[in-house]
Amino acid sequence: MLDFLARVGRVFFAFLTAAGRLALFALNALSHCLRPPFYPRLMARQLIDIGYYSLPVVGLTALFTGMVLALQSNTGFSRVNAQGAIALIVAVAVTRELGPVIASLMVAGRIGAAMAAEIGTMRVTDQIDALTTLATNPFKYLVVPRLVAGTIAVPMLVLVADIIGIFGGFLVGTYKLNFNAAAYLGQTADYLHRDDVVSGLVKAAVFGFIIALMGCYHGYHSRGGAEGVGAATMYSVVSASILILVFDSALTNVLF
Amino acid sequence: MGSSPKIVIRGLKKSFGPKVVLDGIDLDIGERESLVVIGGSGSGKSVLVKCVLGLLEPDAGSIKIDGKEVIGMPVRERERLMQKFGMLFQGSALFDSLRVWENVAFGLIQGRGIERGAAREIALQKLGAVGLGPEVGELRPSELSGGMQKRVALARAIAAEPEIIIFDEPTTGLDPIMADVINDLIVDCVRDLGGTAVSITHDMASVRKIADRIAMIYKGRIIWSGAKAEMERSGNPYVDQFIHGRAEGPIKMEVRAL
Repeated sequence: MLDFLARVGRVFFAFLTAAGRLALFALNALSHCLRPPFYPRLMARQLIDIGYYSLPVVGLTALFTGMVLALQSNTGFSRVNAQGAIALIVAVAVTRELGPVIASLMVAGRIGAAMAAEIGTMRVTDQIDALTTLATNPFKYLVVPRLVAGTIAVPMLVLVADIIGIFGGFLVGTYKLNFNAAAYLGQTADYLHRDDVVSGLVKAAVFGFIIALMGCYHGYHSRGGAEGVGAATMYSVVSASILILVFDSALTNVLF
Repeated sequence: MGSSPKIVIRGLKKSFGPKVVLDGIDLDIGERESLVVIGGSGSGKSVLVKCVLGLLEPDAGSIKIDGKEVIGMPVRERERLMQKFGMLFQGSALFDSLRVWENVAFGLIQGRGIERGAAREIALQKLGAVGLGPEVGELRPSELSGGMQKRVALARAIAAEPEIIIFDEPTTGLDPIMADVINDLIVDCVRDLGGTAVSITHDMASVRKIADRIAMIYKGRIIWSGAKAEMERSGNPYVDQFIHGRAEGPIKMEVRAL
């Protein structure tokens, strides 16, 4: 029994230690965001990597999400004769919830993993130490550009995902469910509020920060060659995905 | 040795968990001196230089560089101090996302704020100094052989003309001829720069070529130090065993029986 309790305690303390290390890492990174030197070229490259090259993946997932959403809500609403709400539900669900969450999960798999693998390889091949010996702060050079780019690029991606997702719902609504195109668009425009979109974009900024933070943190602390880099990559994707869903529910409570 | 040593290390200790790696290192390194630290694998050589560079935080002790205590130094000051250092890593540690000349020029552009065009000129000149032509500058590090990577890493370490250069196992993994080429380059670079050199190695050919003075580390302590000429007749059984590479002697390799 005591043995069991000791084990639970150890796991709990290990969790607290990890959370504390992560918090220190994040604070340290944030403090470096404010102090020069800055690396605008590196930041621009990350912005292109995250924002531009993720467009196909995010666009496709958003399109199918919007289409499925319209189909499924038709199934549900036809039972209570409320098909008129389909345009509204697609618009609200995509902008508030599915756009930010699904786009961020895709970016976590694409970008978070790439960051962890790149920084992790730099760690295990001494390239991070080499940066330090060349009078360059690795936080400023590696971590800050990724954090800033993630926080800026993911909301922009989500804005695109919102539009494509609603378009997906529109396609299904007009071609399959025989809505009038003008009426569908009119309803979407009438019922969609600015707050819906803005709250989704705020979430997206938080998720973008989480994705970059997890990628950098796990890469930065990877140990032990190829196996360590593989583990860092896995942890970065898993922890970013879980944190995205946790913060999604927390932020939904705060932002309604 | 000069009147005021460049680096003074006193009572340096570092442990990883229960494993004591450095157990009270005392070492003076003179200005314009080439010191080679020898010792077996796992004796703490790499940890020692990482402490000097500030890549690891020691548990106790003092490191003074130019008479200034560097342990516990504020981050900003530490970053400025790094400009005095050049480091050649064991695995070269070239940035694989950058071209060769950008690697060599990295410290000049990022650390010193020299403009890219001018830094490129200096980088190509340093590549020439290690026997690599300007066409190599446009390649990626992954396109080079191990010996060429080592030479690029050497060019990068000396590009910003540091006062202290550290070589971590500079010849490990190279064929004997390339190892000798690297040794010659190290001797030339240190002489041309007029700086202080600290090398860690267990390659005795390298030691005989590049050392002015030698210090032997064993179980986290410096057990012997002296000029190169004294090494052969040190009278120290540990040193004798090491430099002649004998399995029998006071240093017992912990080989577990199967």
